[in-house]
Amino acid sequence: MTYDVLIPSRLMAALLPDLILMVGGMVLMLFSAWRRDSAEHQRSVGLAAMALIVVTIGAVVWMAMGGATAPTNGPIAVDGFRWVTDIVVLLAALATIALAVEYNARHGISHPESHVLVLFGTAGMMILAAGRDLMVVFLGIEIMSVAVYVLTGLNRRSARAAEASLKYFLLGAFATGFLLYGIALVYGATGTTQFTEISTAIREYNLHEHPMLWVGIGLMLIGLGFKVAAVPFHMWAPDVYDGSPTPTSAFMIAAVKAAAFATFLRLWYEGFYYTSTVWHSAVWWLAAITMVVGNVVALAQGNIKRMLAYSSIAHAGYLLVTVASANGAGTSAFLFYIFAYTLATFGAFAVIGVLEHGGDRPAMIWDYEGLWHTRPWLASAMAVFMLALLGFPFFGGIGFFAKWYVLQAALASPQMLASLAVILVLTSLVSAGYYLQVVRVMFMKQRPEGAVEPPAIGAFTRAVIGVTAVLILGFGLFPSQLVRVGEGSGMPQYPFSPALGIKVPAPLR
Amino acid sequence: MTAFLDSIGFNGWILPALLLLPMAGALALLVQRSMSGDTGDEAAMRSSRTIALWVFIAEAVLSLGLWWSVDVGSADWQAYIDLEWIPQWGARFTVGLDGISMVLVLLTTLLMPLAVLGGWTAIRERTHAYYALLLVLTSGMLGVFMALDLVFFYLMWELMLVPMYLIIGIWGGQRRLYASLKFFIYTFLGSLLMLVAVIWLGLETGNGGPPVFAYDAILNATRTGQVSGSFWLFGAFAMAFAVKVPMFPFHTWLPDAHVEAPTAGSVILAAIMLKMGTFGFMRFAVPLFPDVAMHPTVRTLMLVLAVVGIIYGALMALVQPDFKKLVAYSSVSHLGFVMLGIFAMTVEAMQGAMVVTVSHGISTGALFLLIGMLYERRHTRLLDDFGGIAKVMPVFAFFLTVVALSSIGLPGTNGFVGEFLVLVGSFPTQPYYALVAVTVVIFAAAYLLWAIQRIIYQPLVKPENEALRGMDLNAREIGLMVPLLVGILWLGLYPKPFLEKTAAASERLVQMTESAHTSPLRASLQRDR
Repeated sequence: MTYDVLIPSRLMAALLPDLILMVGGMVLMLFSAWRRDSAEHQRSVGLAAMALIVVTIGAVVWMAMGGATAPTNGPIAVDGFRWVTDIVVLLAALATIALAVEYNARHGISHPESHVLVLFGTAGMMILAAGRDLMVVFLGIEIMSVAVYVLTGLNRRSARAAEASLKYFLLGAFATGFLLYGIALVYGATGTTQFTEISTAIREYNLHEHPMLWVGIGLMLIGLGFKVAAVPFHMWAPDVYDGSPTPTSAFMIAAVKAAAFATFLRLWYEGFYYTSTVWHSAVWWLAAITMVVGNVVALAQGNIKRMLAYSSIAHAGYLLVTVASANGAGTSAFLFYIFAYTLATFGAFAVIGVLEHGGDRPAMIWDYEGLWHTRPWLASAMAVFMLALLGFPFFGGIGFFAKWYVLQAALASPQMLASLAVILVLTSLVSAGYYLQVVRVMFMKQRPEGAVEPPAIGAFTRAVIGVTAVLILGFGLFPSQLVRVGEGSGMPQYPFSPALGIKVPAPLR
Repeated sequence: MTAFLDSIGFNGWILPALLLLPMAGALALLVQRSMSGDTGDEAAMRSSRTIALWVFIAEAVLSLGLWWSVDVGSADWQAYIDLEWIPQWGARFTVGLDGISMVLVLLTTLLMPLAVLGGWTAIRERTHAYYALLLVLTSGMLGVFMALDLVFFYLMWELMLVPMYLIIGIWGGQRRLYASLKFFIYTFLGSLLMLVAVIWLGLETGNGGPPVFAYDAILNATRTGQVSGSFWLFGAFAMAFAVKVPMFPFHTWLPDAHVEAPTAGSVILAAIMLKMGTFGFMRFAVPLFPDVAMHPTVRTLMLVLAVVGIIYGALMALVQPDFKKLVAYSSVSHLGFVMLGIFAMTVEAMQGAMVVTVSHGISTGALFLLIGMLYERRHTRLLDDFGGIAKVMPVFAFFLTVVALSSIGLPGTNGFVGEFLVLVGSFPTQPYYALVAVTVVIFAAAYLLWAIQRIIYQPLVKPENEALRGMDLNAREIGLMVPLLVGILWLGLYPKPFLEKTAAASERLVQMTESAHTSPLRASLQRDR
């Protein structure tokens, strides 16, 4: 079915899953305010929120199976790229709430609104995945960010959470300023905020050498760089990911990054493709520096959440490679990668959440010493998540194919990316140093005397750990269905017309 | 025998069966463990090692049929299976054998039961996990030798890494954490560069369409000059394989890993895993990029590194106080011979390289097993702690002497045949390298004879050694040494059947490489420059 999204009623129809989530979220907000805060109320709101997400996933799948399309000049897109991103962020939200229901109960957080905030943040992400207009993108970013600002500071008794929340809020607002100013300049240069019209304007008026457009693209790159935590705009990330409640950290690391990257890719691919000579080297260097700094600094971390925060910066670098490759395969590789990355991140943070001590003490890697001897399954699952993040085949399952896909997109790219691919694998080697540190501590050390035994694991957390581990290993052996979805949902190879006199570097050979 | 194997369609299912059986065994161990609850006691040890041993014996018996069923003279892949796996990426599940890989598969399957028996009583903790990892490792090793699809090959290549890392790191010696990480990082560095090369090869072979990773298609593409950047591709493959061999100067992980690994780990590392490096050169690096491999500069570099490895390994072995480290360095020396044989690029030298490959597996595997037996009794490996062991453990002394002599290369043992063939084969094309390499025979005699002199001869003065009286090898240990002894003598006295198995594949390899090297196809290299 084709949705003519320029007509308001059809636009509403094309936004069906988003509307289900938003309206349901508002109803739940009322419901959660209806009763006093209590552990049971928190739990029941959490269950209702999970049910709502499942319904939304159903709507997304229904829309995707129906083969819905829309003309490219509307404010939102109706395509596979949007649906797959939606499903990834919705699954991330589902896992976040599943973890949070039990995490909040353990840490004495009894605000049921926290689950509703996850829903609102997810709604913002879905708008980002769909947005094909700079104003819609800005709306999506704000809806997402405001919800996440609150979520980071959820644990009011924790000084570190307060610090994280304030830091994220201030820097996030600052970054939004860059983004907005960039939007204004791009609009000034092209006269439109709509992605494909920007692209047309650049082509027709030969704007790719227009300084105002350059500055606009540069400012937007900075703004989005903040949101995806690319080096050198990453300073907030370790403190925020470390200080936030563990489910929120996972939500930010996986879903916020996925959504920000989705809009990044769409804008760069649909809007700025014809100025790739302008931004290509900037994105190249951003990717290279992000991979190097993220991986090297992660080596020095003793706090496991900080380590994974730096590792998530490194993964942002890997994803920037898909932006730099600027081909249809790059967008498919991105979809595949964020799915794999979301699975591994939620698995790892579920384990971290289980093993966290009470109070405000950070979770250190050496708390995991000899875990294999007391909790063999938990330790084995954690090893799978670490190896998946490392991108190791078989034991890391799907993580390997995600990295494979990114490398393949980079090497098939018309840009000269073989060097970036080599940087990617060499920095992956560095990352082996810290991912294996966790495996080594769990498996090769003895359990220290008087170590606190990890508590019993709740049913939801257990489900998150089990499902993610099984999916990682299963898709690691037979990824072809997933590749098919990714390949079918990537953006089409962009038509390139050499007649316009735009220089794109020659292919590899 | 051949008729019987044909009648059961042996070639149609044997390779997947060999790959899946260890995996099934590992799964069975995990199930058995969670059913019984790992109590960490004698019962758990017994049940797990019995299951593992039976799986390995079944594997060995099954694989024996390959000796007859594989038609080594044929130019086609034998026992070939080709199934769809990831169609969008052109990755397929493709396995097949030729004479060279068949021999290596047999080496693996036949050594594994002995490796298990070697650690029979030494491994007492977490035995279920230990044997499960050994089984998974076996699948990976067999997969590497069988794979005819580069994605599948890469997957199998990496599959070996984690089990070995854990085996060294959990059941290893004092410095196991250091050794295991070093092993992992070195190997991973090599294989990651190979990953980029594999993807590039696939894309270039696909030529704009979906990538193609089938070995034959890639071979065809590289030989018709369709693939660009062959210098870098060869470099990436050679790096991965050189670390694994290990060639000087990438060998430093090996002594650490060997010394810290438990006995079975050392045996597998030395006897099988090092061979993946030389096999990689024979199957991938050299035939895929003959122009680069036979380019005078590259070839000289490889030959120099091979000869340096031969001499350096022997000299380092001469000064080691630790017997296990001594054997580890002798591996560097022996594997140098294999590399010399490969890059001499004559049929005799290639055949010799195959014999050294297998006989090093047998002799060094046997040496590590013997060291393990001694270590279990004395809890030391330092040569100076021993002396006069022959008086208290005569059977052990007999085996150690024979195995050491075979490792030195005494005529009549397997070591002689291999090194002789390599030297004879490389002398016509590379006389200087052969001349230097031949001196190592003296060093080999020196370090090994001196070592066994210090262990089993010399006066029996230390009371700890006196206490070994009556603790000579038991039936299990003798039983596991006898097959190795048979292998040593068989390859040493009558290597003809073995040489026949590898002859055709070696000839093909040499002829393919030489023809590409001297033909107009060199143009593709010139174009690259």
